Amino acid sequence: MAYSEKVIDHYQNPKNVGTLDKGAKNVGTGLVGAPECGDVMRLQIEVDDATGMITDAKFKTFGCGSAIASSSLATEWLKGKSIEDALKVDNMDFVEELNLPPVKIHCSVLAEDAIKAAINDYRLKNGLEAIKFEESVVH
Amino acid sequence: MLKLPIYLDNNATTPMDPRVLEAMTPYFLEHFGNAASRNHPFGWQAEEAVDYAREQVAKLIGADPKEIIFTSGATEGDNLGIKGVYEMYASKGNHIITATTEHKAVLDTCKHIEKIGGEVTYLKVKADGLIDLKELEAAIKPTTILISIMYANNEIGTVQPVKEIGIIAKKHGVLFFTDGTQAVGKIPVDVIKDGIDLMAFTAHKMYGPKGVGALYVRRKNPRVKVTAQMDGGGHERGMRSGTLNVPGIVGFGKACEICRLDMEEDNKRISKMRDHLETELMKLEEAYINGSTEHRLPHVTNISFKHVEGEGLLMGFNKNIALSSGSACTSASLEPSYVLKALGLGDDLAHSSLRFGLGRFTTDEQIEYTIKAISETVLKLREMSPLWEMYKEGIDLSTIEWAHH
Repeated sequence: MAYSEKVIDHYQNPKNVGTLDKGAKNVGTGLVGAPECGDVMRLQIEVDDATGMITDAKFKTFGCGSAIASSSLATEWLKGKSIEDALKVDNMDFVEELNLPPVKIHCSVLAEDAIKAAINDYRLKNGLEAIKFEESVVH
Repeated sequence: MLKLPIYLDNNATTPMDPRVLEAMTPYFLEHFGNAASRNHPFGWQAEEAVDYAREQVAKLIGADPKEIIFTSGATEGDNLGIKGVYEMYASKGNHIITATTEHKAVLDTCKHIEKIGGEVTYLKVKADGLIDLKELEAAIKPTTILISIMYANNEIGTVQPVKEIGIIAKKHGVLFFTDGTQAVGKIPVDVIKDGIDLMAFTAHKMYGPKGVGALYVRRKNPRVKVTAQMDGGGHERGMRSGTLNVPGIVGFGKACEICRLDMEEDNKRISKMRDHLETELMKLEEAYINGSTEHRLPHVTNISFKHVEGEGLLMGFNKNIALSSGSACTSASLEPSYVLKALGLGDDLAHSSLRFGLGRFTTDEQIEYTIKAISETVLKLREMSPLWEMYKEGIDLSTIEWAHH
């Protein structure tokens, strides 16, 4: 199976690999997937409390090239977005942007889940309720 | 100059040896006859070529030429051997013993047999990939007609105790079939010494052409027969009808001859390269060899690099190095290699494995390049891996509640 150029580019030059202080109150961490499924994504966001804007985003991913590319792309998209807008990112956005084939759709679902999990972690830390999401269809 | 890409997937298939191609060429154009044409020189020539190849093939495995049934490859050989015995010996029993790490051509054939009323026992393997001979013997019952255990495994290269299996089979009057696909031509295989009654193997794993293989069927002590799975002109002593693939068979014969003559020298060189590759890659932290290192094919190694995912790892160099991974991220099931799982590996290690299959045309230079490329990619991906970070922080990954998806 051939990878799209965008997947290859993210794989070779991943954006925002790294770790934010998960103990910090303004950092939300989402850890999704499982080692036995072959994919684990950790996505972190740093939020400006005053404005509600995401000022920084970092990821680390164990997985195939498409999983790495999806998480790298997620960090790029999240930076500079408000939490509200970040919640609008949909798995199909990754599929379209990265030209993911059907067998790799789960990577995009995982990326969407990681964003939601990071936001919820941030909300819980700041005394807000976690948002209940509908179960993603493709798992 | 190092030419890229490098081929290290010789368990999947091997390149043809130019000497094999040379032997085959005349049988496409000048000597195109049908080996079953008895009445003219075209047929005679083809038949003579097939007879010669049959001798070359037989000699490699210590068989009599009459015991060689040409097939289209090992999958057909596995099907014919197992289904053929099941049908032929139906009056004696319906029980077959095999192992969980067999190739799909054997496992799926056994599943078919279960569907049509047969009974199959799937032996588990030990952590080193070998079957337990006591378990094998204990599984034999009065209705057992066949033991089907592969000679060497395609993913991890583990070589089963074939001779001992042969002795057990003989003691209980059960036939012994072995899938010899990965072993024949690579290590000494002798159907007499090993006590093998039936064996499937194929040309394209030993520098011969694709689309041709053989089933060895013992003719003496005991005389074994299989029910044909393909009906027609009664070729191959009635066990496999169909016009013989003369050029393919000629190439197969030549490939067998070269393997027989060059095996010792080839193996010395190849195993030295394999050992070097393995030693260097094992210098990486948290790297594990899968399967027995003692009972193993000389050209194979299968290594898991913990906390990096196999397919992601391959992507780091697969434009330049051809390898296989035990990870199955490309399949919808996300199930990693069933062979690695049968060894008791966790899914995480099974997802992190690479299979190296060196070959006759592998060079030292290629191995050096491979060591460097893989080491660099593993390190790079670990820097990117959350699991690696947790491991380094001393977090026990098994205590984490993963969101299974």
